[in-house]
Formats: sequence, structure tokens, C-alpha cells
Amino acid sequence: MELYEYSVSALKKMLQNKKVSSREVTEAFLDRIEIIDGKVQAYITKTAEEALKKADEIDSKRQKGEELPSLAGIPMALKDNLCTKDIKTTCASKNLYNFKPPYSATVVEKLDKNGAVMLGKLNMDEFAMGSSCENSRFFSTRNPWDLERVPGGSSGGSAAAVAAREASYTLGSDTGGSIRQPASFCGVVGLKPTYGRVSRYGLVAFASSLDQIGPFANTVEDVALVLQAIAGHDPMDSTSVDIPVPDYSEALQGDIKGMKIGIPREYFPDELSSDVKDVVQKGIKKLEDLGAIVEECSMPHTEYALPTYYIVAPAEASSNLARYDGVRYGYRDKDAKNVLEMFMKTRNEGFGEEVKRRIMIGTYALSSGYYDAYYLKALKVRTLIRRDFESAFEKYDCLVSPTSPSVAFKLGDRVDDPLAMYLSDLFTVPANMAGIPAISLPCGFSEGLPVGMQIMGKAFAEETILKVAHAFEKNSDFQGQKPRGVE
Amino acid sequence: MNQKYETVIGLEVHSELKTNSKIFCDCTTEFGGEPNTHTCPVCLGLPGVLPVLNKKVVDYAIKAGLALNCEIASFCKFDRKNYFYPDLPKAYQISQYDLPICKNGKLEIEVDGKKKTIGITRIHMEEDAGKLIHQGDKIAEAESSLVDYNRAGVPLIEIVSEPDMRSPEEARAYMEMLKAILQYIDVSDCKMQEGSLRCDANVSVRPIGTKEFGTKTEIKNLNSFKALQKALEYEIERQIEVLEDGGKIVQETRSWDESKGITVSLRTKEEAHDYRYFPEPDLVPLKIDEEWIEKIRKTLPELPNERKKRLVEEFGLPEYDAGVITSSKALADFFDKCLEGYDKPKIVSNWIMGELSRLLNANDLEVEDCPIEPQDLVELLKLMDKGTISGKIAKEVFEEMFATGKKAGRVVKEKGLEQISDASELESIIEQVIAENPKPVEDYRNGKEKALGALVGQVMKATRGKANPQLVNKILKEKL
Repeated sequence: MELYEYSVSALKKMLQNKKVSSREVTEAFLDRIEIIDGKVQAYITKTAEEALKKADEIDSKRQKGEELPSLAGIPMALKDNLCTKDIKTTCASKNLYNFKPPYSATVVEKLDKNGAVMLGKLNMDEFAMGSSCENSRFFSTRNPWDLERVPGGSSGGSAAAVAAREASYTLGSDTGGSIRQPASFCGVVGLKPTYGRVSRYGLVAFASSLDQIGPFANTVEDVALVLQAIAGHDPMDSTSVDIPVPDYSEALQGDIKGMKIGIPREYFPDELSSDVKDVVQKGIKKLEDLGAIVEECSMPHTEYALPTYYIVAPAEASSNLARYDGVRYGYRDKDAKNVLEMFMKTRNEGFGEEVKRRIMIGTYALSSGYYDAYYLKALKVRTLIRRDFESAFEKYDCLVSPTSPSVAFKLGDRVDDPLAMYLSDLFTVPANMAGIPAISLPCGFSEGLPVGMQIMGKAFAEETILKVAHAFEKNSDFQGQKPRGVE
Repeated sequence: MNQKYETVIGLEVHSELKTNSKIFCDCTTEFGGEPNTHTCPVCLGLPGVLPVLNKKVVDYAIKAGLALNCEIASFCKFDRKNYFYPDLPKAYQISQYDLPICKNGKLEIEVDGKKKTIGITRIHMEEDAGKLIHQGDKIAEAESSLVDYNRAGVPLIEIVSEPDMRSPEEARAYMEMLKAILQYIDVSDCKMQEGSLRCDANVSVRPIGTKEFGTKTEIKNLNSFKALQKALEYEIERQIEVLEDGGKIVQETRSWDESKGITVSLRTKEEAHDYRYFPEPDLVPLKIDEEWIEKIRKTLPELPNERKKRLVEEFGLPEYDAGVITSSKALADFFDKCLEGYDKPKIVSNWIMGELSRLLNANDLEVEDCPIEPQDLVELLKLMDKGTISGKIAKEVFEEMFATGKKAGRVVKEKGLEQISDASELESIIEQVIAENPKPVEDYRNGKEKALGALVGQVMKATRGKANPQLVNKILKEKL
């Protein structure tokens, strides 16, 4: 077994027992990236030099017998919308092609203090807007299971890098499914924590009331380890919540006998491809076999989640992305004759089509005369969606559904059809609207492509969904399959 | 002004709060400083940053609300006001839209001895923008422009009045009273020339007797009380002229051109921004309980009108004097300090309203920057009372004190200004004056009382004003 094939928790033990050095592990991943990334194209920026420096630092501390934190010496990578001090943070946009932040995101600081070794920054849909990674202004990342297919999005690079073992774990961001949908497409585990569980400070904002940072890894146990390192209140983020962080690894223990699981029927609509449906239903059966009490339930406002999302998210985005005007940083059109022209040309050239589409939708929805009909209405519907969850969670410990209506689609298949693209977030958007945690984990395969199962939980009850996911993972029989596209 | 029309004025006043740090980050709010040195990722609006509310700003806004008799909201929130401009780092301003922190207040003004209450619609908190420096007059024609973000994120409160004012004088009185109150409660420096107090005026005219408001214009760039009054006077004239010529007022924003003394159109209603306000998702709503409000209420000092009343009742000052002195907290403090060491209030108020104000104005200084301390004035007044110097000399000494910062006693000594009260010394001078001025002497002896004045003047001239006037009078009469 190669070093890059071990899980985070396995590497942690091997490093602690000095069976291997951080330099050796880091070099193994750097070599892997060198060989494989030409095909996968997960990385926008590689930071090999900094990574080795950090690895050596950790090694020398370990040699001296210093007590080291849980993730010390383990190589990882970050979605390129997480600010990294003095290292390019592009959001896969022409607008920020040269932007080096003078500060690091809180999660980046936390991982750094935890001894993490950063290998580089990962591709994404521009400003996290998209579901296929094809909206990157630089290049499209490929799905390691089939290089002709998309890895999902927007955190496509983060999912593909973990699937192809180009990083032991990664961070992504999830506004409407941007962690879970690519996790599902790439056959890895991806968690969107509760809104307010992880600080957003330093995450380049797409839709502030929905954005949340979360981990990708190959196992549930690893995701729990990483969540432990990044969760918690941050005085720099007023929306982060000041409640204690439980021990997530501890929470994985025990069985799920007697746990009540709801299966919302609205998550199995006609749009759902029958193969995905079959795989997920088998998964649900497995949960039942493990002792969970499974029941069908109803979430009546589910059908409104996606249209509501496409008002709220673009509205916030239209405001969040207004600052990219060429005045202070990033791309600026050099030929403009005056300041207004500079704004317009910079933004017209700096943003790609999908980003511009959403800025226009959002600007329209907030405009005077339309605000009540669109934005205000959307906020009201959002409350109804939240109530659906509240009443469901009075009966159930968690809810289970497919993560996305289909398996990974082919590159180019949906680029000209925004609505078809938006539909791949049908089942992930509601969790963002309600602010609750949700995880996607591999549930099986359909024609050789991974299918993801989504488990949604009560706000701040990450332990519950991690526990269910862990129990499922331990008892499934398809672990250990390697993505065919890169092996 | 045309007697057929009535003027309606409402003011929107922005006041910078004097907190140590900015509203959403911990950068200093200090005025001046090298461009872009009082900045950080948050106030520069870099990608990924988030605002964190400075609680002190809320304290100050509550204090202003209480001083202006407002209701304090138990629940309020921040909103984003979206527009593009290079001095606005995020391309939106964090402000408050439909749920401001304070509303329904009032303030009492006095014009020509008549008291009037002006309603305050609302007070809300927001962040200031940066400053542009253009090479050339306007941004559109500038060769290049530079931006200084030191001011970006400095806390502001915007105080919006009801359209209750009916003349430029009332508008000015409102503004002066507002400034006094904000200074009394110590939440703002209110330095108009530094921009820590700014004002926009909404003005319209209507035929006397009509109930509906006329179409209004908004005037910007009013950087002093004088500018406010002049601009309103001009704009009212202009609007009346348009109506008298059978025209219609266009709803627009106009700018006051100080040098030309006119208002010019900036943009019409059609060109007005759609700010697309929506709730700021990066901040949580603000809950203010009674306890918080009461804590702030306890810190409220005596306000201008109460203090004026006290000066009238306690010291017997005329209403007018008390009004002038309490119009500025610093002036009123100066008065109170003087009275600690000197018990003639009217004399102190005369000096403050006369010599002190004259020299401050002439040197363009605020009371806070006055080189003369209250105890210095007291020392001077005591020298006068003892007869060491005359009233006329005292003014001369005061000017010297103001110019050099020296104490009264030292100026008097150095310049040899002690009053001559020695009868024998005066007698010889007076004898000389009588000898040299036969005409007035003759006139006086012939019963022309007035001629005595000319002789006294000659004695004062000979002694460079140092002679004790009462003594000179007495000796002169004896000699004649």
C-alpha cells in the first residue's frame, strides 16, 4: 500500500509512532500529484516548497518529543476560495487571478496550528457558482472515476483530489450542495456542518446566509477528525455560534439500534434516475438491518427549496461580488476611459457567464418594485422550509435521501442548460436553506460510478449524522474500490 | 422673501462618533494620518472578511437617542445599501434601513425669542466611506484619482428630522442645537470643517395655506452653518422664481457651490440610485434591553436647555447671555470654571461673549483650543477689581495673554501697565495738561462740562492709559 492511500487516522497513528515522517508522507503526495494531476486537474496552485518546509518543521518537533496536535504532519489541500496569507486565492476567477490575501481564513489558521501540511489550492466553479467545476475560468477538473465526466461542483477540485488521493483530506464550501454533490459524484465523504458551526471568516463569500465550510475525506472517521479541528466559535464571525464543540470521534462509537430515521418522500421524485434510486433504497435497507427504525415521511415545501434558493443566493451574491470593481486588487481593465467604464469593463471581463447570470438575477430580485415579490417572498418560503425540518426532527433523529438525482454527468452535457445544471442540487439545497448539517457518503455504484447517500440532522447535531454514516460505512461491502480513471 | 410662499425644510445630519475604533473592525478612528494607514482587511473590504459590531457605537447611538428624546428600539438590524463608488470598499455600505435604533424624537430650538419643537424621525447607525482625491475637479474628468480608506468604517449616526422647519434661520438653529447636544453628551467632535458633522437639506416651497408639500430638492455639500443658511436662502428664492414663472420644480439632488453662491443640479429623480437594501446577513440582529438603556441614561449629562435654565436661575444671567454661553458645552464649561474663582457672573459672561469670542473668531479657533484658561481670565478680572489695571488696559492685557499664553500678572509687570493711583504723580501730569490745553480749560471754566472729557483724554494719553480714571477726574476738578 502506498503512503498516499492511507486514511487520515491511519497516517496520524503512523506519524505518532514514528513509523513514517511527515516529509515522507508529504513527498508521497507531491509525487502522486505530479503523476496524476495532469489527468485530474484538481490543483490551481501547488505549494510544494511550503509543504516540505512545514513537514520538516513538524518532523523536527516530533523528534524533540514535543506533544503534537491531531493533524500534525498530514498533507491536505484547500478549495481556492479560502484565503491563504501570501498564497494566491483565485476563486477560479479571472477577477482574482493574481490575488494574494494579506491574511488567512480562520479555518486555515486553525489547521495550521493543528500542524496540517498544505499541498496547494484546489479548482472550483468560479466563486463557487456551479455544479460541475466547468465554470472555473482556468480549466475543468475531471472525475477520477471517469475522466470524461465532471467531478461535480462547486468544490469539484476538493472532491476529486481526495478521490484520486492527491491529498489525504481537503476543505470545501457548501452553499447549496457544493460539498455534498461533488462528494457523491467522486465517491468520497463530504460534510456540510450546521450554519454557524465553522467560522466563515476568510471564506470568499458567495451567499453569506448559506455558505458553510466543511471537510472531504475518504472515511467518516477522517471527516470527524477534520471537523474537530475546524469547528468552534470565532469572534471574527458574528454568525458563528458560541456553543461547546463535542468530541466527534467519540460520537462515532456504538450502534444505531432504535435510532429513528425519516425518509422524506419528496426526495424521491420523478427526476430521480432509477439506478440512483435503487442504490439509495438498498442503502436505506442496510440502515434498517443495522437496527434503525426507518419510516417514510413528508416535507411538503421541498419543491420550493430550489426556486427559493435561486432568489436568496443570487441576491446575496449580487451584493457580495460588487466589490470586484478593479479599484483595490485583482483584475482591472487597463483601457477604460473613466471610472464607470473601468467598473463595467473590469466586471464584464473579470466574471464568467454563470457568475454574471446570477449577479443579474440577484440584482433584479432586490430591485425596488420587485423586492417584495421575490426576495421577501423567498425569505418567507425559507421559513416554511425550516419549519418542515423542525417538525420532521420532532419525530426523527435524522433524514436520509439521495445526495443528487443522478451520478456524475459528462463534461459539456449541461453547460448550455443552466436549469438542468441547477437540478443536480435539488436534494442538497434544503439543508442550506434550513442551516442544518448534512453529510454525503458513498452508498454504492451505478454502472461503475459512485452514488451518494445524504444524511441530514438537527442543527448542531453533527455527532448523530456522523454516527449513522460511520455505522453504514463499517458495514458496507464496496469500500476499497479505486477510481478507475486514474488507476 | 416672497410673502405668498411658505418654506418647508427637513435636515439629514451625519455625525461621526468619537469611538476609539471603527464600527466593524479595531482600526483607529483618528483623524488625519498618512493615507491608508488606518486600515485592515475588514475596513478595506477584502474578499472573505466579515464585520463585527463595535458595542461602543451602539452605546453612543442610544445616548444620542435619549438626548434627543427618541424611543430606543428593543430590536434592530443592519442592512446593506448597495452602490458602486471607488471610495466604498465593499460596494455596499452597512447601514440601517427599516428598523433603525432610534425613532420619534424631538428637539427644541429658539429663533428671535420664539421657541419651537422640531421632530426627529429617526437615528440610525452606519459606516463612513473613504475619501477620493482627484487630479482635476470631478471624478469624470479627472486625469487620475487616489483613494484614502482611513475614514472607511468610521462610525456614523444619521439623524433625520421631520420637515418641521419653516425658514433658513430655523434650520440653522436646529443644526446649532443638534451640534451642541452631541457635544454635550460627548459622542461626537462635531467639527464641520473636518467632516465629523455633515448636513444635507431637503427643501420645498408651497403657497401659504396649502396642506400638501411642494416638490422638494435635496441640497448637498453644506460644510458650515453659514453654508446651510446661504444655500437654503438661495434655493428658496430659486424655487419661488421657477413657480412664479409658471414652471415646475424638478425633484433632484443639488449641490451648494460656495464660491459662486448658487446650487447646481447633481442628478434628477430618474437618475437616482436604487440602493437595493436588504438585511446584512453577516451580522446578527441587535437586541437592546431596558437594562442597557438605563445604563446609558445614567451617563447623560446636563443638556443645553437645562443648563441655560440653571444659568438664568442660579446666576441671574439674562436669557440671551445664558443662551449664547450654553450653545457650546466648552463655552459653558469655561463659564462654570470662571465662576469657581470669581463671583460676578454678568462680568464673566460679558468677557466670554465679548473679548473671548471675538479673539476666537478672529483666530478661527474652537473654545477647546483657547490659549487662555478660565483661571487666567479670573486673575485678570481680579487685577481689575483691585484697581491694579483699568478696564481698558485689561483688554490690552487679554489680547497679549491670548497671543502669547502668558498670565495676566506677568503681562502687566513686563509691560509696566499698572494703573497710576499715586495722587502726587498724577498732579504734576495734570498740571502740565492744564498748561498745554488752554482752550478746553477755558471752555470748562465757562460752564461747558463736556470739555472735561477732552482733558481726561489728554491725561490718559500722557500716561498711556495707565492713570486711574476716577482719580484723574477728581484732581482735574479740584485744579480747575
